[in-house]
Amino acid sequence: MIKLDSKIPEGPLAEKWTKYKETQKLVSPNNKRKLDIIVVGTGLAGASAAASFGEMGFNVKVFCYQDSPRRAHSIAAQGGINAAKNYQNDGDSIYRLFYDTIKGGDYRAREANVYRLAEVSGNIIDQAVAQGVPFAREYGGYLTNRSFGGVLVSRTFYAKGQTGQQLLLGAYASLNRQIAAGTVKLYHRREMMDLVVVDGKARGIIVRNLVTGEIERYGAHAVVLATGGYGNVYFLSTNAMGSNGSAAWAAYKKGAAFANPAFVQIHPTCIPLHGEFQSKLTLMSESLRNDGRIWVPKKKEDAEAIRKGLKTANDIPDEDRDFYLERRYPAFGNLVPRDVASRAAKERCDAGHGVAPTGLGVFLDFKYAIERLGKKKIEERYGNLFQMYEKITGVDPYKHPMMIYPAVHYTMGGLWVDYELQSTIPGLFVAGEANFSDHGANRLGASALMQGLADGYFVLPYTIQNYLADEIYHPEIDIKAKEFDEAEKNVKDKISKLMSVQGKEPVDHFHRELGKIMWDYVGMSRNREGLEKAINEIKALREEFWKNVRIPGSADTLNPELEKAGRVADFLELGELMAIDALHREESCGGHFREEYQTEEGEALRRDDQFMYVAAWEYKGEGQKPELHKEPLKYEYIEVKTRSYK
Amino acid sequence: MKFTLKIWRQKDSKSKGKFETYQIDNIPSDASFLEMLDILNDELVRKGEEPVAFDHDCREGICGMCSLHINGRAHGPDEDVTTCQLFMRKFKDGDTIWVEPWRAKGFPVIKDLIVDRSAFDKILQAGGYISVNTGNAPDANNIPIPKDDADVAMDAATCIGCGACVATCKNSSAMLFVAAKVSHLAHLPQGRIEAKRRVKAMIDKMEELGFGSCTNTGSCEVECPKNISITHIAKLNREFLKANLDV
Repeated sequence: MIKLDSKIPEGPLAEKWTKYKETQKLVSPNNKRKLDIIVVGTGLAGASAAASFGEMGFNVKVFCYQDSPRRAHSIAAQGGINAAKNYQNDGDSIYRLFYDTIKGGDYRAREANVYRLAEVSGNIIDQAVAQGVPFAREYGGYLTNRSFGGVLVSRTFYAKGQTGQQLLLGAYASLNRQIAAGTVKLYHRREMMDLVVVDGKARGIIVRNLVTGEIERYGAHAVVLATGGYGNVYFLSTNAMGSNGSAAWAAYKKGAAFANPAFVQIHPTCIPLHGEFQSKLTLMSESLRNDGRIWVPKKKEDAEAIRKGLKTANDIPDEDRDFYLERRYPAFGNLVPRDVASRAAKERCDAGHGVAPTGLGVFLDFKYAIERLGKKKIEERYGNLFQMYEKITGVDPYKHPMMIYPAVHYTMGGLWVDYELQSTIPGLFVAGEANFSDHGANRLGASALMQGLADGYFVLPYTIQNYLADEIYHPEIDIKAKEFDEAEKNVKDKISKLMSVQGKEPVDHFHRELGKIMWDYVGMSRNREGLEKAINEIKALREEFWKNVRIPGSADTLNPELEKAGRVADFLELGELMAIDALHREESCGGHFREEYQTEEGEALRRDDQFMYVAAWEYKGEGQKPELHKEPLKYEYIEVKTRSYK
Repeated sequence: MKFTLKIWRQKDSKSKGKFETYQIDNIPSDASFLEMLDILNDELVRKGEEPVAFDHDCREGICGMCSLHINGRAHGPDEDVTTCQLFMRKFKDGDTIWVEPWRAKGFPVIKDLIVDRSAFDKILQAGGYISVNTGNAPDANNIPIPKDDADVAMDAATCIGCGACVATCKNSSAMLFVAAKVSHLAHLPQGRIEAKRRVKAMIDKMEELGFGSCTNTGSCEVECPKNISITHIAKLNREFLKANLDV
């Protein structure tokens, strides 16, 4: 039976982290080299954590499923990273970043964690610059900033439209330095299949070598999961093809609580869907909303003419354009938070004003910015994004407005962690998108990079010591222990079960079907009836999968279909938990919009009296209902209000 | 659209490979090249055959995982894109398309179109970093950097490590890849401190791992999906010379 203890330190909010660091347990340098840490995942959180642990002197084993740590999907983050530096002298502060993040998350995140995040945000920029990350600069040589949704200051640092790439390459460079120094050992093309728990503590992992098919075991005194989010449960998302929820799901089944699985971010500015064969959706950075104006035609007949190709955007005069975000939210305009912008786009398209051939698209127009700033300036700011848009769609965004539509982008939910980022399994820590901790029910733009690096560089290197200090008496982990045998056997059994089905349909068929159910019923807009339907349909699809999936080839070699099958098998369970969570949360907050709970103006209606808590789900065995645990959220330093961007 | 595909199939690193021919029909012109391979693989799986193995991940041109020599060109016929951002509308209906893995001594084939590029990681491990521990850094604005230098560093740092430069070079040289990292860090004051050690170590490692020398043909620059200029190789050469002359 799980007990949730958030372990928030006593004392005033602004002093909690300092106090924690001053009083926590530390591990002496000669003991550090006797302790092993496993890090799974090499995105911003994993790479920065593994490199930092190595620098401190721990023995680190780091794992990724790709051919190199540099491929992790943090690489694809475009727009930027937030930090409360106040370099722009525009009134920013740690408190304001904290406030914006809590409010942006619709008052469903933990105060102490978010304050710490804001507190260390500035250090991340310092660290990245020292590593050689080429952030954008002014002519004077100092760093420049831009603004993102949901805030009134410019606190976002960026490197063209490739900020995630540059930050990841910085962390990867630090990781490389530690690999060369021998403190970190890299295991690439390895996928984590199970977590090994010995005497109630996380002690190792079982992985599949994706080249040879061999099942391997690794032991450690602590395990860090930095395996990203589960957005690919929707099949179509902005995630990489290989992004998956399997490591987190394995941990859940071993006793780690899964928090707020229903909190999913649908990003408003993605290139619209264009065909059945499509394998993924491509994001157009939110930073574009700094200079682009979003609109649809006021008249339905104009929208229809555009859909049929009889008119183009440029045929619609300004007075017939509905800049609906500027109209509905004059204070924030095009820079409202993502959940608000996405719902507003859906509302307009559902009302018949959509513009893509499918009717599911709105315009993001740079005409006005080009008139104001000149083409050169726009090219400098967004050149690579414009080029990417043109390559994908065949349309030149300097001449015609972009067409965009919301798409699944990020999962705020994830494994439950306490203030130390430790899950409900002692010794299992979770960082980055894989945990639930900082973004509540909606994440602000440019905050994912901040959180991943905060966790990896500045939080885990402290908190993991508080745990490991008591592990110095424990010798090297014995990977011949029976718990390793059992875990390995379970993995092997699951693989042979998958291989032996030999049905008719490829894995992608089931993944697509699951994606449709999730998008229709557990997507941007949810209701009781739909969620109940989703739960039943997912169950039926899961049964069908285990009867009819076809995986060619063998398990003892490189087999991409088998890799996909394992991930989809887990998504078919995780999707159900998401629907269960969405069904239980009878309110609308952030990205979770329940149609039954909205204001007369169609805005989200929170029910703080009943749902101001983190929903943490405990696995109770196959076919059993998961058990709900509640962590109440207390706001002592922020006044809880109805979120308004008007 | 309809295509004849000639695809390199190879069971594993030890087996000999050969081209297989596949006919494929009903490909939408808006499909990406990798989505076309998805459609082919879907058909192969349904027929009970092994699908074609290829590396890919982000499918938005930034992770550097996808590769492929298509009709003799790294990342195919379009300019400045990776294979995942190559769309079928760039081909003519009825075309025959030849698909091969990267071919270079430094990149052995693992299976079908998948090659082992861990040599790139090893080159970077040899010195492609600034030695700064977490927590060491001064305030970011204490290191002002002229915008022009920062911009050049950014252009170099944009390398995605895909290996197209090596696959294209007749000498299988990794010079553009190495130059991109050396130039990126050499343009920044915080990277100057280790510049000499870095350039020597990375060049040594590159040679040790079986990559050839640069003979300035410039083909790498032409095929680089991120448009990295060979002026960075010139910068690398200057840095290498300075390091060896110890000036």
